[in-house]
Amino acid sequence: MIEIKNLTKTFNTAGGSVEALKNISLTIEDGDIYGIIGMSGAGKSTLVRSINMLERPTEGKIIIDGRDMGSLSESELRKERQNITMIFQGFNLLMQRNCLKNVCFPLELAGVKKSEAEKRAKELLELVGLGEKLKAYPAQLSGGQQQRVAIARALATHPKILLCDEATSALDPQTTQSILSLIRDIHDRLGITVIVITHQMSVVEQICTKVAILDNGSVAEVGAVSDVFSAPKSKAARALVYPDGFEQSAVSSENESVIRVVFNGANATKTPLIAKMAIEKGITASILSASTKSIGDKAYGNMLLGITGGKEQLDSALKYLREIPDIFAQEVTDNE
Amino acid sequence: MSDFFASESFIKAMDILKTEFPLAIWETVYVTVLSTFFAIIIGLPLGVLLVAGEDGKIIKIPKSVLHVLNVIINLLRSVPFLILMIMVFPLTRLIVGTVVGTPATIVPLVIAAFPFVARLIEGSLREINPNIIETAQSMGASPVQIIVKVMLPESVPSLISNATIAITTILGYSAMSGIIGGGGLGKIAINYGYYRYQYLVMFFAVVFLILLVQIFQSIGTYLSVKCDKRLKNRK
Repeated sequence: MIEIKNLTKTFNTAGGSVEALKNISLTIEDGDIYGIIGMSGAGKSTLVRSINMLERPTEGKIIIDGRDMGSLSESELRKERQNITMIFQGFNLLMQRNCLKNVCFPLELAGVKKSEAEKRAKELLELVGLGEKLKAYPAQLSGGQQQRVAIARALATHPKILLCDEATSALDPQTTQSILSLIRDIHDRLGITVIVITHQMSVVEQICTKVAILDNGSVAEVGAVSDVFSAPKSKAARALVYPDGFEQSAVSSENESVIRVVFNGANATKTPLIAKMAIEKGITASILSASTKSIGDKAYGNMLLGITGGKEQLDSALKYLREIPDIFAQEVTDNE
Repeated sequence: MSDFFASESFIKAMDILKTEFPLAIWETVYVTVLSTFFAIIIGLPLGVLLVAGEDGKIIKIPKSVLHVLNVIINLLRSVPFLILMIMVFPLTRLIVGTVVGTPATIVPLVIAAFPFVARLIEGSLREINPNIIETAQSMGASPVQIIVKVMLPESVPSLISNATIAITTILGYSAMSGIIGGGGLGKIAINYGYYRYQYLVMFFAVVFLILLVQIFQSIGTYLSVKCDKRLKNRK
């Protein structure tokens, strides 16, 4: 279990002090895939670097399995860091070492025998699907392959916690998908706790179970991903869930109800959803606004539907939509 | 033209070429290589210290130590080599026992070259992506491991190409040491060309110096490219 208690981090820069993190408290249970999401400059990277003490907190504590990370000596901390490994946006592989040697690197640091290290590295490279690329150098690999090597490297020391710092932000959508499913697969197989830092809502949607939304150095909202996504409470959460901010103008006339439909990876692209609803249920809906995209054959994003015909029609529309897996449907009311 | 090849000055020059040049070339090569070697031995740790010690990022050393180190390097680099050679006479006498002769020129050459080498190494190490160092730290690397397993191996191509710059510069310095009694091609160029107006001999000496620079540079460039794994399409 990772407990972040009243964490504050202040940077002293030439232009005065900047409070990057303000009194953050979070609890991350073992085995969670925990998303931390926020806009650029929200303090996500600083927060994740505080967990393994790459950034020393100004105030507050990081407690991992009951041990206060701030109280460890340099050598104890180095040992502990073998249990909390990290992957990065820029992959950060050693460019002068081949894949096998890159994965061996953390084992070398830990003093593992060379033959054992290479055996483990081979296994891990097989696990991430790069068993053929042992002798290849990072420059010869694509971004997605490099991130796979980085994941294999991060797993080498049998960590309990994997920190992913914008691990898919430099990758194209398809590669992002494959890396995310690899991370999820590794989580399921090895049962490690994963913390995912990202600015992409879709990343959190796809693999996280819980999410914390960071806004300007503070936690704006915490909860299960489905809750936060279907009914974001804070302004920061709404800005992330509905990046176009169209909800204000959406509620138009008095006899028209508005439903927000959130596509969370639903197999909806091949199904004419609105048309089917009209044919099967006799509900006519007008699309007030839509911001969806298809990745692979799955749909992500959200849509506002205007429904006339009073409460009855509204309820049956909600019922119909909620029966479809990976779709959240909710009435939008004025007071939101 | 046949007059030229039959001329007294040409015959004399050819004679010197045969009798004195082989030794002179050998002296120049060994003084240059040895001086570069010692300059790297001293300059490498200093270059590492300048980068790793900055803001206590990797090694925690007092700011004042770094400051003093910087001043010393700048001081030594600002003294013209000819003057420096004379200034370090006492030290040369202490180490070699004499201030003239070929081995005696190694001391001033090393003193003149190590600050230069330290700066070159500093430059090479600064090219490393700081994220890679952070990554190593995140995996629990100790300061020594970061230096030995990350910083130095990752900058090998750049270190080799900078070592090549160092060796060609030191070759130039070694030629200059002919003025104060050092041996080698520089001595021949100065003694025959400058003191005795035998320009042809001086010309030969310069040709050999150019050849040596070319050879060192070609080897250095070849090695630097060969060991750089960042280049794609390699076998």
